[in-house]
Amino acid sequence: MKIDNVPLDLLIPNMLSATVYVIQIFILTILLSIPLGFLVALARRSRFKLISVPTRIYQLVFRGTPLMLQLIFFMYGPYYIFGFSFDRFTACIIAFTINYAAYFGEIFRGGIASIPKGQYEAAKVLGYTKLQTFMRIVLPQVIKNVIPATGNELMTLVKDTSLAQVISIPELFRVATNAGSKYFSTVPIVIAAVFYLVMNTVVEFAFKWIEKKFDYYRN
Amino acid sequence: MLLKAENLQKQFGNTIVLKDISLEVNEGEVVAIIGPSGSGKSTLLRCLTQLEKVDKGRINVCGKQMVETIQNKAVYADYKTLHDIILDVGLVFQNFNLFPHYSVLKNIVDAQMNVLGIAKDKAKSKAMELLTKMNLKDRAGAYPCELSGGQQQRIAIARALALNPRILFFDEPTSALDPELTGEILKVIRSLAEEKMTMVIVTHEMSFAKDVADRVIFMDAGVIVEEGTPDAVFSNTINQRTKDFLQRFSQE
Ligand SMILES: Nc1ncnc2c1ncn2[C@@H]1O[C@H](COP(=O)(O)OP(=O)(O)OP(=O)(O)O)[C@@H](O)[C@H]1O
Ligand SMILES: [Mg+2]
Repeated sequence: MKIDNVPLDLLIPNMLSATVYVIQIFILTILLSIPLGFLVALARRSRFKLISVPTRIYQLVFRGTPLMLQLIFFMYGPYYIFGFSFDRFTACIIAFTINYAAYFGEIFRGGIASIPKGQYEAAKVLGYTKLQTFMRIVLPQVIKNVIPATGNELMTLVKDTSLAQVISIPELFRVATNAGSKYFSTVPIVIAAVFYLVMNTVVEFAFKWIEKKFDYYRN
Repeated sequence: MLLKAENLQKQFGNTIVLKDISLEVNEGEVVAIIGPSGSGKSTLLRCLTQLEKVDKGRINVCGKQMVETIQNKAVYADYKTLHDIILDVGLVFQNFNLFPHYSVLKNIVDAQMNVLGIAKDKAKSKAMELLTKMNLKDRAGAYPCELSGGQQQRIAIARALALNPRILFFDEPTSALDPELTGEILKVIRSLAEEKMTMVIVTHEMSFAKDVADRVIFMDAGVIVEEGTPDAVFSNTINQRTKDFLQRFSQE
């Protein structure tokens, strides 16, 4: 079947396998950057300047420069500096993880800061240890607070996977633009748009569902 | 004597908030602390419950030394002692500070289980007993956000009582409530007084302080200005500052 001279029966399977890259980047980035983001948030709250200041600088650098540039840096930088390089996919995951952990760090830091002082004080007077207070009282409320912002971030992540093309990862956007120029058609681009939209609709619904799960109380 | 505090001093930056406060509370006694806004009442309570650290002075709670002053500096006890002392006291806040993500029952059960290590069944039955006492048995499954301020404060009192504190502190327990809801809280505190619960209550409810307290302390600008039986403080006021304060209050 062809639309606008584009052989869909050839293109669609290619785009589907390119989508596997999108999903891989998406899932690996979530699994690595969310825990790392929590550490970043805790490091930012540290009393020790030796920990909080460098963390802040790291966040500024990675939120203040293009992710595309960071991808190129992790792909080609290590060779110039250390004489070795990561394979493409590893470099890609490292760049995404470090970039997103900087953003998640900021979201989680805000989430932790939004817990009223009275919660800590009530817990302390009841005899909870610092660790118990964090795990039992603070963290569950932080998770609820950061769900909307996290969902937002993950929708951006789905779209940001298209940046991996700059280090020649054969992900969806790259496959679509290549096919577009090969067949002189915008059809592959439109199909890619539909693919991204479907994935983000799933993310959106998943997060609405999670938000609802946490709706049983208000702060 | 359950609580003995001597010569407490506390300052925030350059403002001296507690100047030289000494205070004793005996077992079964109800002490009311009154005084104008900013006089240091909350700060005193927070120092006694380890939410703030004093700069100087000595505090002994239930025979355990919490802090003493050595060479002009406050020296606190070790972590273990401080933790033991915290278990001897309870604090009820002005704005309740319930845990919003826990149900009413869990608010009362959680610390029993995780702080005192009490078994679940026992903790639950204790919680239900307290909820019955607070007239809130049917709200055990509710979340704090579903309750009125008065109900939330009663849960907060139950949560504190669940750990069997020997002294219970209240910091303006009715100030965040609508006037028609203060009565239910005062009633609970009254019944605790009848059971000889040792309590230290910061309050602006003068008539309540008058009839529930064994002793009234009037604080102003970080010092205890006048102290005595309710009768002595309210009816035979000696100090001019106390007189002015009580007069201003009765005009409001
Ligand atoms: N954390 C803090 N940092 C700086 N100043 C503080 C702090 N807490 C209290 N103060 C100051 O200490 C003084 C006493 O405050 P405190 O809250 O103890 O008064 P209070 O008698 O409880 O007043 P109120 O009746 O309004 O509750 C006030 O001047 C207040 O501004
Ligand atoms: Mg106060």
